[in-house]
Amino acid sequence: MNLTLKVWRQDGPAAAGRFVMYDATDISPDMSFLEMLDAVNEQLISEGQLPIEFDHDCREGICGTCSLMIDGIPHGPQLSTATCQLHMRKFADGDTITIEPWRAAGFPIVRDLVVDRSAFDRIIEAGGFISVATGSAPDANLMPVPQAAAEAAMDAAACIGCGACVAACPNGAAQLFTAAKVSHLNLLPQGQPERLMRTVNMVDTMEEYFGSCTNIGECTTACPKDISLDFIALMNRDYVRGKVKQRRLTGQRA
Amino acid sequence: MTTTAEAPAKKRSLPWFLEFYNSNVGRKWVMAISGIVGLGFVFFHMFGNLHLYEEPARFDEYAEGLRDFGEPIFSRTLILWIARFGLLAAFAVHVHAGFTLWWKNRKAKPVGYERQQFVEATFASRYMLITGVIVLAFIVYHLAHLTWGLEFLNPSFTRGEARENLIEGLESPITAGWYVVANLALGLHILHGAWSLFQSLGVTHPRFNRWRRNFAVGLTAVIVAGNVSFPIAISTGLVGS
Repeated sequence: MNLTLKVWRQDGPAAAGRFVMYDATDISPDMSFLEMLDAVNEQLISEGQLPIEFDHDCREGICGTCSLMIDGIPHGPQLSTATCQLHMRKFADGDTITIEPWRAAGFPIVRDLVVDRSAFDRIIEAGGFISVATGSAPDANLMPVPQAAAEAAMDAAACIGCGACVAACPNGAAQLFTAAKVSHLNLLPQGQPERLMRTVNMVDTMEEYFGSCTNIGECTTACPKDISLDFIALMNRDYVRGKVKQRRLTGQRA
Repeated sequence: MTTTAEAPAKKRSLPWFLEFYNSNVGRKWVMAISGIVGLGFVFFHMFGNLHLYEEPARFDEYAEGLRDFGEPIFSRTLILWIARFGLLAAFAVHVHAGFTLWWKNRKAKPVGYERQQFVEATFASRYMLITGVIVLAFIVYHLAHLTWGLEFLNPSFTRGEARENLIEGLESPITAGWYVVANLALGLHILHGAWSLFQSLGVTHPRFNRWRRNFAVGLTAVIVAGNVSFPIAISTGLVGS
């Protein structure tokens, strides 16, 4: 199949970017979206041009490195998957595909389609530690976890930190990411001692980089792991509790 | 020469509520609470105005009832003024939080996309600021029109004649049309707001979550149907003096 790509090219963080049109010829429908870009880049390299820079790593939907706005939807028109799991058979021969980088103040563009997502690392760092005994592995089921809580924590922990939520959000907010990261610890017994401090610290750090949530819900449809909007409500609840709770009573630093 | 270690800069902390309000999540919480105050007001405002459909004297009795509410324990209009200041405070906070969050969000998303397809977002959820500004403009107009009775807006206004003022004020189809448009904007604002407030307050439960949407849709339908019926009934002459 033959396609036309309209790709954002930008030489560096401060450079002015522009859209450049490329022809992607002889593309197999069985290629993944990233393999298609590889084929285009091979062509560009053989012509002596600079290849299109894009982020990718595991190419099996678990690392969260790939990050493209494809035809106006993060990770493309196929929902609940990452860009690397999108195959060219989802497109028709002759299509023009618009490919843009994630857009948000918290995700500055490094080059072309690559953005710097280290603001997410700052949020994770702000989460700190959890109080668990280290050493040899504890006996199974030593710490009882309600099944529903375990399932919900696993749902939250499915977040791969790709940033599609921020990319989709008209407010450039990172609520869904932070809510997932907060919740997968807050829902489990191991996460309780630092629960409220962690929530406050992670939310405050998030707000240094990102916008605020208006509950539009665009993030959850863009999410390749279908993280639920409910986690945002849980995070909001814990944030407010963290702000009003007299922590000395729970043995924590005020 | 000895150097003394600089004392760690003491972070001047604001009173806890201001610090809370300075965070986006806290500000959204305040928006939700002030929004609930506003929802309570618009619901009872619509509900009270249904007296328009009873015999003529009832509407003025209702208006007088708002003024002497709480008598004889509280003096006349005291409760009314307390309610007015409470509403004004909630409204001011809601508007302030709304504009400042909008401004922060604009800065958080300085560059948009060449192409973006919205999947989940609705017209109501995306244009809260616009519907909110329409409602804000309408409230100022509505107060000037039927509460203060400003001469250039409402020449036939007579203080205390609530029913007459309402009917004469809404006889013109243009004024009635503006009332209808403003109430549709209010409806869109409530349609998203009455759902969104649960998220902002952190009220979520799998058993009740679908009722959050239903609550917003139902409340919007009731408020808009009631409010839109008044200008239509008056301008078409169904209710007259």
